[in-house]
Amino acid sequence: MEFTLKTFIFYGFALMTVASALIVVTVRNIVHAAFSLMVTLFGVAGLYVFLQADFLAATQVIVYVGGILVLILFGVMMTSERFDMPIQVKGHIERGQLLLGGVIALALLMLLLTVIANTPAWKNLTDDGTELPPTTERIGELILNGPFLLPFEVVSVLLLVALIGAALISRKEVRD
Amino acid sequence: MTLQHYLVISAILFTLGIFAVLTRRNAISILMGIELILNSCNLNFAAFSRFMTPPEDISGQIIAIFGIVLAAAEAAVFLAIILAIYREFGSIRPNEVDTLKG
Repeated sequence: MEFTLKTFIFYGFALMTVASALIVVTVRNIVHAAFSLMVTLFGVAGLYVFLQADFLAATQVIVYVGGILVLILFGVMMTSERFDMPIQVKGHIERGQLLLGGVIALALLMLLLTVIANTPAWKNLTDDGTELPPTTERIGELILNGPFLLPFEVVSVLLLVALIGAALISRKEVRD
Repeated sequence: MTLQHYLVISAILFTLGIFAVLTRRNAISILMGIELILNSCNLNFAAFSRFMTPPEDISGQIIAIFGIVLAAAEAAVFLAIILAIYREFGSIRPNEVDTLKG
Protein backbone atom coordinates (compact mmCIF):
# COMPACT_ATOMS: atom_id res chain seq x y z
CA MET A 1 0.00 0.00 0.00
CA GLU A 2 1.60 3.25 -1.09
CA PHE A 3 1.65 6.05 1.40
CA THR A 4 -0.67 8.75 0.10
CA LEU A 5 -2.38 11.71 1.73
CA LYS A 6 -5.49 9.57 2.13
CA THR A 7 -3.75 6.89 4.16
CA PHE A 8 -2.07 9.60 6.21
CA ILE A 9 -5.45 11.08 7.10
CA PHE A 10 -6.86 7.63 7.79
CA TYR A 11 -4.10 6.84 10.25
CA GLY A 12 -4.62 10.26 11.80
CA PHE A 13 -8.27 9.49 12.45
CA ALA A 14 -7.44 6.00 13.71
CA LEU A 15 -4.83 7.35 16.11
CA MET A 16 -7.18 10.09 17.28
CA THR A 17 -9.93 7.56 17.98
CA VAL A 18 -7.77 5.05 19.84
CA ALA A 19 -5.73 7.60 21.83
CA SER A 20 -8.75 9.55 23.02
CA ALA A 21 -10.59 6.33 23.92
CA LEU A 22 -7.55 5.40 26.00
CA ILE A 23 -7.83 8.77 27.76
CA VAL A 24 -11.56 8.15 28.35
CA VAL A 25 -10.90 4.96 30.28
CA THR A 26 -7.83 6.10 32.22
CA VAL A 27 -8.22 9.77 33.21
CA ARG A 28 -9.55 10.42 36.69
CA ASN A 29 -11.42 13.64 36.07
CA ILE A 30 -14.78 12.65 34.63
CA VAL A 31 -15.31 15.93 32.75
CA HIS A 32 -12.00 15.40 30.95
CA ALA A 33 -13.17 11.88 30.14
CA ALA A 34 -16.41 13.24 28.65
CA PHE A 35 -14.56 15.72 26.43
CA SER A 36 -12.14 13.02 25.37
CA LEU A 37 -15.14 10.87 24.46
CA MET A 38 -16.19 13.69 22.13
CA VAL A 39 -12.87 13.37 20.28
CA THR A 40 -13.39 9.61 20.04
CA LEU A 41 -16.86 10.05 18.58
CA PHE A 42 -15.55 12.55 16.01
CA GLY A 43 -12.81 10.09 15.10
CA VAL A 44 -15.34 7.32 14.53
CA ALA A 45 -17.37 9.72 12.37
CA GLY A 46 -14.23 10.32 10.32
CA LEU A 47 -13.77 6.57 9.87
CA TYR A 48 -17.38 6.37 8.66
CA VAL A 49 -16.49 8.96 6.04
CA PHE A 50 -13.61 6.73 4.92
CA LEU A 51 -16.12 3.87 4.62
CA GLN A 52 -18.18 6.14 2.32
CA ALA A 53 -21.06 6.13 4.80
CA ASP A 54 -21.80 9.84 4.67
CA PHE A 55 -25.27 9.74 6.23
CA LEU A 56 -23.99 7.53 9.03
CA ALA A 57 -21.16 9.98 9.76
CA ALA A 58 -23.60 12.89 9.93
CA THR A 59 -25.91 10.90 12.20
CA GLN A 60 -22.98 10.01 14.43
CA VAL A 61 -22.03 13.66 14.88
CA ILE A 62 -25.60 14.86 15.40
CA VAL A 63 -26.85 12.14 17.74
CA TYR A 64 -23.71 11.25 19.68
CA VAL A 65 -21.85 14.55 19.91
CA GLY A 66 -24.95 16.72 19.89
CA GLY A 67 -27.18 14.52 22.01
CA ILE A 68 -25.65 11.75 24.07
CA LEU A 69 -22.53 13.68 25.04
CA VAL A 70 -24.57 16.66 26.25
CA LEU A 71 -26.72 14.21 28.19
CA ILE A 72 -23.60 12.71 29.80
CA LEU A 73 -22.24 16.15 30.78
CA PHE A 74 -25.67 17.02 32.14
CA GLY A 75 -25.58 13.84 34.23
CA VAL A 76 -22.11 14.72 35.52
CA MET A 77 -23.31 18.14 36.63
CA MET A 78 -26.48 16.81 38.24
CA THR A 79 -24.68 14.17 40.26
CA SER A 80 -21.46 15.91 41.31
CA GLU A 81 -21.02 15.16 44.96
CA ARG A 82 -19.80 18.58 46.06
CA PHE A 83 -19.90 21.75 44.08
CA ASP A 84 -16.81 23.34 45.58
CA MET A 85 -14.58 20.38 44.79
CA PRO A 86 -13.29 19.22 41.43
CA ILE A 87 -15.59 16.54 40.08
CA GLN A 88 -13.52 13.41 40.36
CA VAL A 89 -13.99 9.73 40.66
CA LYS A 90 -13.35 9.48 44.34
CA GLY A 91 -12.42 6.35 46.21
CA HIS A 92 -9.33 4.89 44.59
CA ILE A 93 -9.83 1.88 42.41
CA GLU A 94 -8.81 -1.27 44.18
CA ARG A 95 -5.60 -2.61 42.77
CA GLY A 96 -6.98 -6.11 42.41
CA GLN A 97 -9.98 -4.95 40.42
CA LEU A 98 -7.75 -2.89 38.15
CA LEU A 99 -5.43 -5.85 37.61
CA LEU A 100 -8.27 -8.29 36.94
CA GLY A 101 -9.99 -5.87 34.57
CA GLY A 102 -6.73 -5.27 32.73
CA VAL A 103 -6.02 -8.97 32.37
CA ILE A 104 -9.53 -9.71 31.08
CA ALA A 105 -9.40 -6.78 28.64
CA LEU A 106 -5.95 -7.77 27.36
CA ALA A 107 -6.99 -11.41 26.92
CA LEU A 108 -10.08 -10.27 25.02
CA LEU A 109 -7.96 -8.02 22.80
CA MET A 110 -5.56 -10.86 22.04
CA LEU A 111 -8.47 -13.15 21.18
CA LEU A 112 -10.06 -10.58 18.88
CA LEU A 113 -6.77 -9.74 17.13
CA THR A 114 -6.04 -13.45 16.61
CA VAL A 115 -9.47 -13.98 15.08
CA ILE A 116 -9.09 -10.89 12.87
CA ALA A 117 -5.64 -11.95 11.67
CA ASN A 118 -6.57 -15.57 10.96
CA THR A 119 -10.01 -15.49 9.37
CA PRO A 120 -9.44 -16.34 5.70
CA ALA A 121 -12.60 -14.63 4.42
CA TRP A 122 -11.48 -11.27 5.81
CA LYS A 123 -8.07 -11.24 4.18
CA ASN A 124 -7.04 -9.09 1.23
CA LEU A 125 -10.21 -7.03 1.17
CA THR A 126 -8.83 -3.67 0.08
CA ASP A 127 -10.68 -0.44 -0.44
CA ASP A 128 -10.33 0.01 -4.20
CA GLY A 129 -10.99 3.74 -3.90
CA THR A 130 -14.02 3.83 -6.16
CA GLU A 131 -16.33 6.66 -5.20
CA LEU A 132 -19.85 5.54 -4.46
CA PRO A 133 -22.90 7.78 -4.84
CA PRO A 134 -24.24 9.46 -1.68
CA THR A 135 -26.19 7.07 0.50
CA THR A 136 -28.88 9.33 1.95
CA GLU A 137 -31.45 8.78 -0.79
CA ARG A 138 -31.03 5.00 -0.79
CA ILE A 139 -31.24 4.87 3.02
CA GLY A 140 -34.51 6.82 2.86
CA GLU A 141 -35.83 4.42 0.23
CA LEU A 142 -34.86 1.34 2.22
CA ILE A 143 -36.25 2.63 5.50
CA LEU A 144 -39.51 4.22 4.41
CA ASN A 145 -40.33 2.15 1.34
CA GLY A 146 -38.46 -1.08 1.70
CA PRO A 147 -37.46 -3.98 3.92
CA PHE A 148 -36.58 -1.78 6.91
CA LEU A 149 -40.02 -0.22 7.34
CA LEU A 150 -41.08 -2.54 10.15
CA PRO A 151 -37.82 -2.16 12.16
CA PHE A 152 -38.13 1.61 11.69
CA GLU A 153 -41.62 1.63 13.20
CA VAL A 154 -40.56 -0.67 16.04
CA VAL A 155 -37.59 1.61 16.82
CA SER A 156 -39.83 4.67 16.83
CA VAL A 157 -42.16 3.01 19.34
CA LEU A 158 -39.12 2.02 21.40
CA LEU A 159 -37.88 5.62 21.41
CA LEU A 160 -41.29 6.78 22.63
CA VAL A 161 -41.24 4.16 25.40
CA ALA A 162 -37.70 5.18 26.41
CA LEU A 163 -38.71 8.85 26.44
CA ILE A 164 -41.73 8.27 28.66
CA GLY A 165 -39.81 5.85 30.87
CA ALA A 166 -36.90 8.26 31.35
CA ALA A 167 -39.25 11.12 32.22
CA LEU A 168 -41.16 8.90 34.64
CA ILE A 169 -38.06 7.53 36.40
CA SER A 170 -36.25 10.84 36.79
CA ARG A 171 -39.13 13.06 37.90
CA LYS A 172 -39.44 14.16 41.48
CA GLU A 173 -41.82 12.06 43.47
CA VAL A 174 -45.04 13.86 44.24
CA ARG A 175 -45.99 13.26 47.87
CA ASP A 176 -49.50 13.97 48.97
CA MET B 1 -7.12 0.55 3.80
CA THR B 2 -8.21 -3.01 4.31
CA LEU B 3 -11.08 -4.47 6.29
CA GLN B 4 -8.63 -5.56 8.95
CA HIS B 5 -7.59 -1.97 9.69
CA TYR B 6 -11.16 -1.15 10.69
CA LEU B 7 -11.59 -4.39 12.60
CA VAL B 8 -8.44 -3.74 14.65
CA ILE B 9 -9.58 -0.20 15.55
CA SER B 10 -12.98 -1.60 16.49
CA ALA B 11 -11.43 -4.37 18.61
CA ILE B 12 -9.33 -1.81 20.51
CA LEU B 13 -12.38 0.38 21.16
CA PHE B 14 -14.37 -2.64 22.34
CA THR B 15 -11.61 -3.74 24.69
CA LEU B 16 -11.21 -0.26 26.17
CA GLY B 17 -14.97 -0.12 26.72
CA ILE B 18 -14.93 -3.47 28.52
CA PHE B 19 -12.01 -2.25 30.63
CA ALA B 20 -13.93 0.89 31.61
CA VAL B 21 -17.03 -1.10 32.52
CA LEU B 22 -14.97 -3.49 34.66
CA THR B 23 -12.81 -1.01 36.55
CA ARG B 24 -14.63 2.33 36.79
CA ARG B 25 -16.21 3.33 40.09
CA ASN B 26 -18.62 5.90 38.73
CA ALA B 27 -21.82 5.03 36.89
CA ILE B 28 -21.29 7.78 34.31
CA SER B 29 -17.82 6.47 33.48
CA ILE B 30 -19.42 3.05 32.99
CA LEU B 31 -21.91 4.64 30.61
CA MET B 32 -18.98 6.07 28.63
CA GLY B 33 -17.51 2.57 28.41
CA ILE B 34 -20.81 1.22 27.10
CA GLU B 35 -20.87 3.99 24.49
CA LEU B 36 -17.39 2.95 23.35
CA ILE B 37 -18.58 -0.66 22.99
CA LEU B 38 -21.64 0.39 20.98
CA ASN B 39 -19.46 2.58 18.75
CA SER B 40 -17.15 -0.32 18.02
CA CYS B 41 -20.15 -2.48 17.04
CA ASN B 42 -21.47 0.21 14.68
CA LEU B 43 -18.02 0.63 13.14
CA ASN B 44 -17.91 -3.12 12.50
CA PHE B 45 -21.33 -3.04 10.84
CA ALA B 46 -20.29 -0.20 8.54
CA ALA B 47 -16.93 -1.83 7.72
CA PHE B 48 -18.45 -5.22 6.87
CA SER B 49 -21.10 -3.47 4.81
CA ARG B 50 -18.38 -1.71 2.82
CA PHE B 51 -16.06 -4.65 2.25
CA MET B 52 -18.12 -7.85 2.33
CA THR B 53 -21.21 -6.91 0.32
CA PRO B 54 -21.66 -5.40 -3.15
CA PRO B 55 -21.33 -1.59 -3.10
CA GLU B 56 -25.03 -0.96 -3.75
CA ASP B 57 -26.02 -2.97 -0.66
CA ILE B 58 -25.98 -0.63 2.35
CA SER B 59 -27.99 -2.71 4.81
CA GLY B 60 -25.09 -2.71 7.27
CA GLN B 61 -25.14 1.08 7.44
CA ILE B 62 -28.86 1.03 8.21
CA ILE B 63 -28.28 -1.47 11.02
CA ALA B 64 -25.61 0.90 12.34
CA ILE B 65 -28.12 3.77 12.28
CA PHE B 66 -30.55 1.65 14.28
CA GLY B 67 -27.68 0.97 16.66
CA ILE B 68 -27.16 4.70 17.15
CA VAL B 69 -30.88 5.14 17.87
CA LEU B 70 -30.79 2.35 20.45
CA ALA B 71 -27.69 3.90 22.04
CA ALA B 72 -29.53 7.20 22.38
CA ALA B 73 -32.54 5.52 24.03
CA GLU B 74 -30.22 3.55 26.31
CA ALA B 75 -28.29 6.66 27.36
CA ALA B 76 -31.52 8.52 28.20
CA VAL B 77 -32.86 5.71 30.39
CA PHE B 78 -29.44 5.12 31.97
CA LEU B 79 -29.13 8.75 33.01
CA ALA B 80 -32.69 8.82 34.33
CA ILE B 81 -31.87 5.82 36.50
CA ILE B 82 -28.63 7.50 37.62
CA LEU B 83 -30.54 10.63 38.67
CA ALA B 84 -33.07 8.53 40.60
CA ILE B 85 -30.25 6.62 42.33
CA TYR B 86 -28.44 9.86 43.16
CA ARG B 87 -31.57 11.28 44.73
CA GLU B 88 -32.07 8.11 46.76
CA PHE B 89 -28.48 7.33 47.85
CA GLY B 90 -26.61 10.62 47.38
CA SER B 91 -23.94 8.80 45.40
CA ILE B 92 -23.63 7.11 42.03
CA ARG B 93 -20.83 4.72 42.88
CA PRO B 94 -22.25 1.32 41.96
CA ASN B 95 -20.70 -0.50 44.93
CA GLU B 96 -22.57 1.75 47.37
CA VAL B 97 -25.96 0.99 45.87
CA ASP B 98 -26.44 -2.29 47.69
CA THR B 99 -29.91 -2.22 49.21
CA LEU B 100 -30.77 -5.54 47.58
CA LYS B 101 -27.57 -7.20 48.85
CA GLY B 102 -28.40 -10.22 50.97
